[in-house]
Order: sequence, then structure tokens, then C-alpha cells
Amino acid sequence: MKHETPLLDQLESGPWPSFVSDMKQEAERRAKNPDNIEYQIPVDVVEDIMGLLELSYVHGRTHWKHGGIVGVFGYGGGVIGRYCDQPEMFPGVAHFHTMRIAQPGAKFYTTEHLRNLCDLWDRRGSGLTNMHGSTGDIIFLGTTTKQIEEIFFELTHNIGQDLGGSGSNLRTPADCIGQARCEYACYDTQDLCYDLTMEYQDELHRPAFPYKFKFKMDGCPNGCVASIARSDMAFIGTWRDDIKIDQEAVQAYIGGEFVPNAGAHSGRDWGAFDIQKEVIGLCPTECMWMDGKELKIDNKECNRCMHCINVMPRALRIGDDRGLSVLVGGKAPILDGAQLCTLIVPFVKAESPYTEIKENIIEPIWDWWMEEGKNRERLGELMKRQGMQKLLEVTGLEPDVRMVQEPRTNPYIFWKEEEVEGGWDRDINEFRKYHQR
Amino acid sequence: MEYEEAKKMIVDGLTKKMKTKTKFYFNDLAKIIDLKPREAKKLINQMIQDGTLEYWSSGSTSLYGLKGAGKQAHAEHED
Repeated sequence: MKHETPLLDQLESGPWPSFVSDMKQEAERRAKNPDNIEYQIPVDVVEDIMGLLELSYVHGRTHWKHGGIVGVFGYGGGVIGRYCDQPEMFPGVAHFHTMRIAQPGAKFYTTEHLRNLCDLWDRRGSGLTNMHGSTGDIIFLGTTTKQIEEIFFELTHNIGQDLGGSGSNLRTPADCIGQARCEYACYDTQDLCYDLTMEYQDELHRPAFPYKFKFKMDGCPNGCVASIARSDMAFIGTWRDDIKIDQEAVQAYIGGEFVPNAGAHSGRDWGAFDIQKEVIGLCPTECMWMDGKELKIDNKECNRCMHCINVMPRALRIGDDRGLSVLVGGKAPILDGAQLCTLIVPFVKAESPYTEIKENIIEPIWDWWMEEGKNRERLGELMKRQGMQKLLEVTGLEPDVRMVQEPRTNPYIFWKEEEVEGGWDRDINEFRKYHQR
Repeated sequence: MEYEEAKKMIVDGLTKKMKTKTKFYFNDLAKIIDLKPREAKKLINQMIQDGTLEYWSSGSTSLYGLKGAGKQAHAEHED
């Protein structure tokens, strides 16, 4: 290796696979170049990044200058400029720009597609990737300014792939695997994700928001994408009729014929399945009981925790009248710490072309946030600053008891004159009939 | 608002502030031309397309500046 890296080497001694080993492997491969790749950026880029990282560990300070003007023509996102402040010592990483590539819906791709992306990145970038970044994008780590337009051209013309969102943009929408493979999915997450991505291309590529904005789609309340915690607007699948019960299958679980949780916890002996202890007793709203040999559910009390369905998937299934709930304003480190999304639409049908979702929910909320949001203020912070009442006003949504997380959290609701029958004027004589001075 | 009029207001506005800063939030630009964000966006995008303005991004936040303004373009040999 070009640079001594004792501090990095130490990271390889732990119990987990180390990124240092990965980088060494890639550095060696680039040096040997067994595939005769025509490298368009320095061959020793990976060795230089290791050298730079080692120096940062020695100094306890970063040697990156983060952010920049680089990008592809007409796009305000997708490329994040990065420069090294020791270019003479580490010329291979003098420029080390990141490119965000929009991940395919639910991160489905063919091996051929993946190979094409990696081949492109081997040739025009460092070969180092982050699969996947926290928004879900495929992150290409490190290339030079000259390569950016070339990579974009090849991505869009040869591989059929676009850049993802970064900066004060709509970020690349992310979804769960949905109906492609999951029987719990209450709507077609990939269709909604793709539709919103295509509809809002301008918001994705040309930054005009106060800060970042994320859509995430979960097909059911299991929330495999954790949209409620990780997005500004979460679409979570739900149903509004009854959980479907197959009583014979319930008995098969009780009798041990079917293993609970589809065998997910079969690594050790948990004893015989106990429906009372493992399902009914764990229902958070206590809406289930056995009536003789029949499992009963008081569906109006169900809060979609999914536990019973997860434990007995062959006996219990999501209802047939399916759609999604919309929640807004989530994201970790926010003003008062982590904040989960707040429910604003308990149920809406998720049917293409999703006009109701776009015109009645997304766009009014964006208009409000774009006008009222402070610089670098996320939607959840604006909601805290101006209040839920204001959010309902701008969306025209009727207040609903399901929007209340718990009673009496905010008793300070200010009525407007037009909301009160008779306005602020009153007949004082009529009032005095019942109230002494 | 006509495009040329908006462009002049933006260029004048940003040039005036150039001594203290060269990168601006989108809302700062919208305020200069006194338009709502969605209307301002159309004009500001056009200014990016014709090379009057350029984006600057930290990765999490995007800013706008007059093309070539500030130290970075020269320092990183991007000009």
C-alpha cells in the first residue's frame, strides 16, 4: 500500500467485517487491474483515501472540504462536491465528489443492472459505493469534476438510471417491497413511489424547498421502511374493514400444525404455542378473545399493530377494503429530539393516478411549507412552530379524533370567529338571565 | 413579472450583498423579486439554465449564487 495506515489496520481487528478490509481489497484490485479497465480517475484513489483517513485519525480533524458548486447541467441535486485539503499529499482524492443514484423501486434490480452500474463506477469513479445510503439511493463515493457529466450521460443513456435527490430537494422516494412479494401490502407501494417520483421530477432535481423533504411508502403498518420515523410524509398501508379470520387455521396454530411467525423464531425451543399468551394477551387494545373454539376480534378497536397477523399469517389476513394512511412531519434529530409523523389522513384509497393524494394533501402542504418554512426548517418543525391547527387549515382537512395521539396534550385550541356560532357578539341581556353579575 | 426584469433585480440584489456573502437560500431570492416560491422558482430555474446563477450544495442544503462568485470556484480550479 502507498501509505502506512496503522490506525485503520486496527479497525480490522474487531469482530465485524471492516470497511478497511473492503478498501484494501479494492485498492489491490485497481492496482492489478485484472479486467483491463481504462481508469478515468487516478488508479490509486483508494490508497489515497485510506492515507487521508489515517491522517484525519492522527490529527483528530477532518481533511475534507465538504460541499460545492459541482453538478450536472440543470440539476441542483444528485452530486455533492467534496475536496481534500491535502491535495499534494493525496492527489488521488483532490476531488472526491459523491454521486447519488436513484435506487430502483423497493431496491429491486437485476444482477445485470447492478453489474452495469458497478462497471461504470469502476471506470469513471473510485469503485467504492455505499449500498444503500439512508435515503435509499445508491451512493457512488468519489470521482473527479470532469467525470460527472460523463457518468450522468452513461447513466441516463445506457443504463436507464437517473440521479437521486440531495440538498433542499424532494429526496428520492423510497418504498418497501410491497405487493411484489408481501401479502401484507395494502397498496401497490412501488406504483405510488414511481408515480410520485415521475410527477415531481422538478421538485426532485431543482431545489426550491426550505430544506430536504422525504416521501416514504410502507405497504402495511409493520413499517419495514420505517416511514413514520424517517420521512416528512409517510404513506402507510391500512384497511378499513375486518381482519379476515380462517378459524380452521387458527386451530392448526393452536394444535401445533402450523409454526407461529412462519417459523421466524424457530432457532430455539419456545415450548408449545400458547395463543392466549402469545397473541390475545399481547393485543395492545385487548380487542381479541376466544369464544369456545372461535377467535373473535372487535375490529373497531384494532389499531393495526399487526402482531396477531404476523404471528398467525395463515389464519389472519388484512381486510379487503384497502388503502393507506398519510402521516406527516417525522424525522430524527428535530427541535425537541426525534419526532414521529403525525396522522393527518386516516384512510384514503390508493388508486392511480393518486389525484386526491397529490392535489389535496401533498401540494397544499408544500405550498404552506415553501411560504412559511424558515431556511433549513423541516415540515415537522414548522408543524410544531405553527401548530396542527394551521396544518389542518392549509390542507382543508377536517379535524378527526384519530389525529389525537392522546387526550389533553394540547388544550390551547384557539377558535376563530367564523368557527363559532353567532361569532363573538352576544346578547348581554340573554346572558344575564342565566349569569349574575 | 418579465424574466429580464427579475434577472436584473436578482443580479443587482446579490451583487449588492457580495461583500458579505455570495451564497443565498432560495427564499432570499424569492424575497428579492417579491414573488411566491412557486412563481419565483420558474424564473430562478431559468437563471440557472442561462448561466446567471449557479447552485451550491452541501449535500443537505442547497444555496444559490451568481456564477463564479465566491472563493471556491477558483480555489478548486472549477472556473
